[in-house]
Amino acid sequence: MVDMSVRLGGFTLPNPVMTASGCAANGKELHRFFDVSELGAFVTKSVQAQPRSGRGTPRMAETPSGMLNSIGLQGPGIDAFVAEDLPWLAARGARVLPSIAGGSSTEFASVAATLRGSSAFGSVVGVEVNISCPNVANRGLVFATDPLASAKVTALVREQLPREVPVFVKLSPDVTDIGAVASACVKAGADGLTMINTLLGMAIDVDRMRPQLAGITGGLSGPGIRPVAVRAVWQVRQAMFEGRIPTVPIIGVGGVRTGRDALELVAAGASAVQVGTATFADPLAPVRVRDELAALLEDKGYAGLSDAVAAAHGR
Amino acid sequence: MTADEAGAGRARVTTELAEVIATRRVGAYQHLTLVAPGVAEPARPGQFVALAVGGEASANLLRRCFSIHKVTPTGTYGGTVEVVVSAVGPGTRWLTSLQPHAAVDVVGPLGRPFPLPKEPVPCVLVGGGYGSAPLFWLATQLRERGCSVEMVLGAASEDRLFGVVEARRSCDGVTVTTDDGSVGLRGWVSDVLPGVLERTGGRVVYGCGPMAMLSAVSAIATAHGAVSQVAVEESMACGVGVCMTCVLPAIGADGATRMVRSCVEGPVFRGDRVRWEAFADGYCQVPPDAVGAPAGAAADARRAGGPSTTTGGAP
Repeated sequence: MVDMSVRLGGFTLPNPVMTASGCAANGKELHRFFDVSELGAFVTKSVQAQPRSGRGTPRMAETPSGMLNSIGLQGPGIDAFVAEDLPWLAARGARVLPSIAGGSSTEFASVAATLRGSSAFGSVVGVEVNISCPNVANRGLVFATDPLASAKVTALVREQLPREVPVFVKLSPDVTDIGAVASACVKAGADGLTMINTLLGMAIDVDRMRPQLAGITGGLSGPGIRPVAVRAVWQVRQAMFEGRIPTVPIIGVGGVRTGRDALELVAAGASAVQVGTATFADPLAPVRVRDELAALLEDKGYAGLSDAVAAAHGR
Repeated sequence: MTADEAGAGRARVTTELAEVIATRRVGAYQHLTLVAPGVAEPARPGQFVALAVGGEASANLLRRCFSIHKVTPTGTYGGTVEVVVSAVGPGTRWLTSLQPHAAVDVVGPLGRPFPLPKEPVPCVLVGGGYGSAPLFWLATQLRERGCSVEMVLGAASEDRLFGVVEARRSCDGVTVTTDDGSVGLRGWVSDVLPGVLERTGGRVVYGCGPMAMLSAVSAIATAHGAVSQVAVEESMACGVGVCMTCVLPAIGADGATRMVRSCVEGPVFRGDRVRWEAFADGYCQVPPDAVGAPAGAAADARRAGGPSTTTGGAP
């Protein structure tokens, strides 16, 4: 049996496979298909300070091997999240990686503070910071495209959480130099990085000659973007090897549909892997990917998952 | 997979590889019969299935959702599920081209079924196009409870009607309308529904079809003091409640409007709970008074080229 456990910033997870934020809601729906405590961690939908209705519809457009979404971070707000969703996950024995979001760096901090105060905080094995949000203070420019703004959010969130709870910052691939943003976040206190968020895309309905999505643009996800995720993970891991970025664990995400896809991200440098859009097509995808990955590592003669991390770098 | 308290109030749901045992053309549609005992047994009228399309190498990742036309829990082949498909894109064309013995990956039954009245009251069932698919099965169940059942079927033209013969068999009376007058009365179902309600004293109106039709059906039911239960057709990416794309604005028991998922909170809604005025021209806007609505909610659709004012009360 391959040792699938992974140590991420102080917590040891039994396996490296997680849901991806926004692709699994907050657990109840997928728990009809598999036990949410079977996952390495359950990553919840990004939560903000206040309830959010999200955008109008259409919110989705299918693309070749993927989809565009323009949900607008619909959610119940952090108070309802800590009152209902987190205790529910905790009661199922899930290890939870809540994803937090905000329109200002202080909103991120206040969401983190409320989270810390939850009676179910013991189930939290880390906090993922979704910096692909428009920064109200900077003309709606997405935090993730600006190393300084990303660093500020990271530092403020880090300050609010106990030292033993790792902070993972989720990076956007829509930047000129992902290494610069990664470096800024790690230097500001990020204990790990999640890569990648969706790519900004757009589809036009040529029958009606207008944008397909009510929100006009949307986030592109699915197997079609996997090479972008592999590239981003590789580049940042390479920069860590070269000492340009302090070494922290990377959670790989982007287009993972099979165990083989997951192994690709692992080999590029990811210590853990999230399954996102594939869950829409197959609600069992996260546990299936975990099992396929374990079988694949076994076939290849690896004693443990950790031996395969960054293996393609040939070091 | 059993539902624990997590799934309380939610029916059992199964994923299975179903065999196509029959496929036949019905007017403009294709009627498929699938062997799917795990879905057939717990299914109720109004629920739907999500079918994977395109096979293993498909670039169409997302499932297509279809209202269940009929189930036979204990047939010659084991439990079967029947669906009616309109070939409008690559996914549905793939489904309609399947030959007997082909395999289809099915998830279901999904969503909330049509609620049935406790007393034997007169009911009117209204179907637009192949939206009528689940109504015959519903009619049979209503009549078993002593309800009288009238059906109104409408479509653009004769080939786009579905189930007229079956309606005559399963109901106490049938009225047919077509836009072009190719069969039945020329006009819309909303033209004849008031007369049918007055004649039958219908207390519950069940509807399934395009949004504009459901909006009109709901308004007419309310005007006649009848309850309306309508199954909406919203585009879905997952069908199981995790993607947040199939939302619509509905009024909850607390009187507040929220963007709710038609796959888990629906697809059946009480007609007077849906904010129909938010729908226009293929878009649905977030009502400004919805919980968590952004200040610029209405502006989203305007920027996308949608109307700034809603027309409501369409056909």
